[in-house]
Amino acid sequence: MATSTTKPATASGKKSSGFVYGPLLAGWLIPGAGHFVQRKWVRGGMLLLAIGTMFVLGIAMQGKLYTGASSILDMLALAGDLGSGLFYLISRQLGLGADVVQVTTADYGTRFLVFAGLLNVMAAVDAHNLYTGRKK
Amino acid sequence: MNYSPSHFTAVLEFAVCAGIVFGITQRDTPKRMIRYGAAAFGLFAGSAFVLSWLMFFLAR
Repeated sequence: MATSTTKPATASGKKSSGFVYGPLLAGWLIPGAGHFVQRKWVRGGMLLLAIGTMFVLGIAMQGKLYTGASSILDMLALAGDLGSGLFYLISRQLGLGADVVQVTTADYGTRFLVFAGLLNVMAAVDAHNLYTGRKK
Repeated sequence: MNYSPSHFTAVLEFAVCAGIVFGITQRDTPKRMIRYGAAAFGLFAGSAFVLSWLMFFLAR
């Protein structure tokens, strides 16, 4: 019985070497870094700009950074926030973001922060797909 | 740092950022990325605009 194995390959068809989840991890920690390590400078730069802008706007709007989960919705929002990687961890350490949403724009800001994290997860998975050759 | 945009401005900012990421991650070639990103931007901003007016009339 024949068995098939998936070999990671770059878009050019060459076998990729090293830790296959490296770009995924790098892309999660810093938006666009997963593309930078594969020399996709423009794509990585655009992703960093878009996700970084969204995160900064969320903080500037006094959006809430979730620190714990008391309900299922909080849990989902926390998962979204964690998607921002180092941006989230550094912002938590610096005490940025509001604890309680008090104005309408803070509610927008909270959504911006969660969605920035979700977009970053998409970008990191894209970097992984580029590295494994699933995407050009 | 306190930034208070209007709802419409926030929608446009959201749509631009989301459109860029959607375009880059969901398509392979630069031309298709731009087209898909523009479509995503239009759908995000357009649907918010349409739904806003819908809710405006529903509230009456």
